[in-house]
Amino acid sequence: MHIKSQKDFFSGLMFMGIGLAFAWGATTYNVGTGARMGPGYFPLYLGVLMTLLGAVITFKSLVVETVGGDKIGKWAWKPLFFVIMANLVFGALLAGLPYFDIPAMGLIVAIYALVFIASIAEDGWKFKATFILATILAIGSYLAFVMALKLQFPVWPAFITG
Amino acid sequence: MELIEHLSLGFGVAFTPINLLYCLVGCILGTLIGVLPGIGPVATIAMLLPATYALPPVSALIMLAGIYYGAQYGGSTTAILVNLPGESSSVVTCIDGYQMARKGRAGPALAAAGLGSFFAGCVGTLILAAFAPPLTELAFKFGPAEYFALMTLGLIGAVVLASGSLLKAIAMIVLGLLLGLVGTDVNSGVARFSFDIPELTDGIGFVVIAMGLFGYGEIISNLAQPEHEREVFTAGVSGLMPTKQDFKDMTPAVLRGTFLGSALGILPGGGALLAAFAAYALEKKMKIKPGEVPFGQGNIRGVAAPESANNAGSQTSFIPLLTLGIPPNAVMALMVGAMTIHNIQPGPQVMTSNPELFWGLIASMWIGNAMLVILNLPLIGIWIKLLTVPYRYLFPAIVLFCAIGVYSTNNNTWDVWMVGLFGIIGYSFVKLGCEPAPLLLGFILGPMMEENLRRALLLSRGDWSVFVTRPISAGLLAVAVLMIIVVTLPAVKNKREEAFVEE
Repeated sequence: MHIKSQKDFFSGLMFMGIGLAFAWGATTYNVGTGARMGPGYFPLYLGVLMTLLGAVITFKSLVVETVGGDKIGKWAWKPLFFVIMANLVFGALLAGLPYFDIPAMGLIVAIYALVFIASIAEDGWKFKATFILATILAIGSYLAFVMALKLQFPVWPAFITG
Repeated sequence: MELIEHLSLGFGVAFTPINLLYCLVGCILGTLIGVLPGIGPVATIAMLLPATYALPPVSALIMLAGIYYGAQYGGSTTAILVNLPGESSSVVTCIDGYQMARKGRAGPALAAAGLGSFFAGCVGTLILAAFAPPLTELAFKFGPAEYFALMTLGLIGAVVLASGSLLKAIAMIVLGLLLGLVGTDVNSGVARFSFDIPELTDGIGFVVIAMGLFGYGEIISNLAQPEHEREVFTAGVSGLMPTKQDFKDMTPAVLRGTFLGSALGILPGGGALLAAFAAYALEKKMKIKPGEVPFGQGNIRGVAAPESANNAGSQTSFIPLLTLGIPPNAVMALMVGAMTIHNIQPGPQVMTSNPELFWGLIASMWIGNAMLVILNLPLIGIWIKLLTVPYRYLFPAIVLFCAIGVYSTNNNTWDVWMVGLFGIIGYSFVKLGCEPAPLLLGFILGPMMEENLRRALLLSRGDWSVFVTRPISAGLLAVAVLMIIVVTLPAVKNKREEAFVEE
């Protein structure tokens, strides 16, 4: 068996998997009939529909010829990891993680952390430039979001403000 | 004249200092993100949604709308000067606009884009004002069966007219519909697919999905590409005024672009992107006059027509949203979200229950277009400077604004974890060639579709034939089926692929 379109093959499998999962999940709720629909009715049929679509997409990817095999190509692990990480660290520092006894460090600390971690995602980042960027963004965000828009953030670390 | 009465009510609302201010803010932000490649109106509007909580609903919607049509103006600047589409709807503007810039005619190209957009924006706004009331009348005759059929048509139309694989796009819609069902079922009170996580019983945040798929997903795939050598034409933008001959050439193109764009904007799945492609294709079909520059080498019609069309399309795509409550594209899906967080149920009743909002929004679009001409032509120098800022300084800022926006939606870190997850999913979609826009439409329409299907079948006692025995519903479904059949015909299929692969 030869895969003619890599992108379609794997997206078809993904749709089949998710469709089956939703359809199976839907059967745990009351499905009901057309006239008296239960909470499981609509998701069950959508799940089945999506599984079928996924199957057709996968089938076509094995049959229909494409230019160059429609390769997925290399995953950009580095940007993926650092951008998502920057986001998660921002959340953890901003409000803390009570579950792990991590105190809130507030907006300013979180901004510096986010800018530094995100910057690593691109090759050739420089400490000084990143530090200046983080400072500008910290001051700007404080003025825009805290002072002007009055959004509710913990701004400073919890051990300073008490 | 009822129209004039309505518009004067609208201008009364839009001309208050606070609304003028937010209109201006929206237009500036729109131009900004339009000029900057790699960030579009969907991500920006998603980012700013939480920040509009504190505003009155009219001001919030005026600002968000300004971002959308402002982006159409800004996108052309980047397309002409850097040969990069600042906005996806400016892809075709690159072809002739950049060639004009290379020949030292960047000024006239920018002016053609700006003036064409302004004219198209004014016409689009008028069409919106004139067509909204009759369509609203029609919408009141709709029962649940008609609404279900209409949503089906809307979703099918959205993918038929979009680029890429039809099957995958439909699968993405279904995925969106399913994700929209996560959370508590309004009828039975059962928490569906929530895995006993309390935050999930409220459903997945719509800002979270938009931001994860459109914000993070795109940043990551942008970073994965090696940085382009950008060649910015800044020296040649001295004389903005087009010549007499330019005006003669571009006027009919602007008219055709405006007309085509307005018509395509109303269609489900339409809006700015499709309008621009179609207008360029039409101009290429028109005869070239003797002595005119051929297309692809800097023809001013190739700039004026798509730019007018994308702006007209972005205005008229508000029609289905404001009259029927059905979003025709991803940006309008976000506007539904914006209206809902301000406790306004989008649909035909908006015009009667919130006339100030309805007409104020429409009037603000006209004012916004006037502001944008000023922002984009005399002040072009500022935007050109922006183009020299490297991406490495931009993307951490975008990541930051996404993170702040997500957190402030509910002041809850749960949403921050979720957006991380959707960022990974978004990048996977990019790698697999699945477009996220249909998913967002499905996500918005999921609960509405289920509710209308449930009501329709309850009224018919479970008889599915209700969808084909009621004339309006049958007609809408027939159009949907017809669309699919037409697109899958081999001849049309090739043409469709050709149209979206305009070099």
